[in-house]
Amino acid sequence: MNKLLVPVLCVLAAIGFVVSIYLVFFYTPLDFTIDHDSGRLVGTSLFFNETIMYFHVAHAFVLFTAVFIGGIASALYLWKRKPVWDDIAAATIDISVAFGAVVLATGSIWAKAAWDVWWQWEPRLTMSLLLWLILVGYVLVRKFAGPTADRVAAGMAIFGMVGVPFIYTMVGQDSHPGSGANGVAFTLKGPMVVTFWVSVATFMVWFAALVITRVQSTRLEREVRELRERALDLGVIE
Amino acid sequence: MLRHALRIAWKDLRIEVRSKEIFMTMAFFGALLVVIYSFAFPNDAAAIRGSVPGMLWVSLAFTGTIALGRAFDRERENDTMRALLLAPVPRLAVFVGKAIAMAALILGVAVVVVPLLALWMNAPLFAFPLELVVSIAAGAFGIAIIGSVFAATLLKARSRDVLLPVVLYPILLPLFVAGTKCTAGLVAEHPNLEAAHYWMSFLGIYDAAFLVLSLWVFESLVIE
Repeated sequence: MNKLLVPVLCVLAAIGFVVSIYLVFFYTPLDFTIDHDSGRLVGTSLFFNETIMYFHVAHAFVLFTAVFIGGIASALYLWKRKPVWDDIAAATIDISVAFGAVVLATGSIWAKAAWDVWWQWEPRLTMSLLLWLILVGYVLVRKFAGPTADRVAAGMAIFGMVGVPFIYTMVGQDSHPGSGANGVAFTLKGPMVVTFWVSVATFMVWFAALVITRVQSTRLEREVRELRERALDLGVIE
Repeated sequence: MLRHALRIAWKDLRIEVRSKEIFMTMAFFGALLVVIYSFAFPNDAAAIRGSVPGMLWVSLAFTGTIALGRAFDRERENDTMRALLLAPVPRLAVFVGKAIAMAALILGVAVVVVPLLALWMNAPLFAFPLELVVSIAAGAFGIAIIGSVFAATLLKARSRDVLLPVVLYPILLPLFVAGTKCTAGLVAEHPNLEAAHYWMSFLGIYDAAFLVLSLWVFESLVIE
């Protein structure tokens, strides 16, 4: 069962990826209305280039799930000092860097089409960027801080969780399409709903497969390190 | 506890007063930063008004992190951090004492750098001295609180000198944004005191939130 879990998840994600691409481009109609006075196309809040939205928002969902798990795991690690929490935190945050990069990149592409700029210092974008910087910092600390990296990284995750919401209240006007319970994602209509949730499910499954693999490899890394230290202590190896 | 904290802060400050190492090097470094700014930025009056808040807070960030790293290096050199943590005082007193000493040190450097900025850049920084001092003090405390936690945690880490800013700046970013906006309100052609007061209270809330968080996690972060 355990050996099959990751391959099964990977296969599911691969199928979901192909299906969601098909749904995005061939099944879901573009979201626009025709203005009767001018006879021109008028976009809704998504400015009718929302095809990228299905991947952008799905990745953002995964990003926030990953950060949430990573933050909780970091706090639990500092509290209980059980290595398993550290493994989970390291794995989720490691992977959330990649998902965050996709969120920022797809968002930039969308913004160029909708706002005609690649980037705008607007609350949600600034917050996502700051979050991503903290995640990258976390990975750097884990890589380069040596034996005490786990504590520094856990502290960074917890302080980051408290710090990120601050920036949301600080910069500019919110011009990002709505999110949350009344936002775009939960008020989609017709075929868009199916496409959207298929794509979210695909990337959640893919994320689960990645996290499980990463947790396993982190645990193995730690076990090898501990064995090596014990062997050094016993004088078995030089 | 506060008595112990003040004693630890006093110990750190006395070392500094005797050697003056951090204060003198950081003040000189800050002065050099101002010289670099004066060539790196356009220096007509309007442009200065726009860019001086950034110069001020970037200087605080740079000098603050280097000072923090050096101050905690002193505890590492003789492994005295372990002695401090083993001392029969609450561990939180160690943290509070360190944070107070660090804030004093950062403020000491600011006392040199801010007048230099006003003088050499010809910037109207002292139009509202009280607001300026309060906002810089709030900023210095924020840097000192978060900085003390991470400088202490990074004490045994490899390459801690490069990692300290990597860890600190993302977390301190809201503080720098608020500080810059506060100073911008003070030096603008038509000063906006309302905005400055808003950002000052923001700095206060930010400091308070991270003080509480630091008190919670300091012990579990520094204990081996």
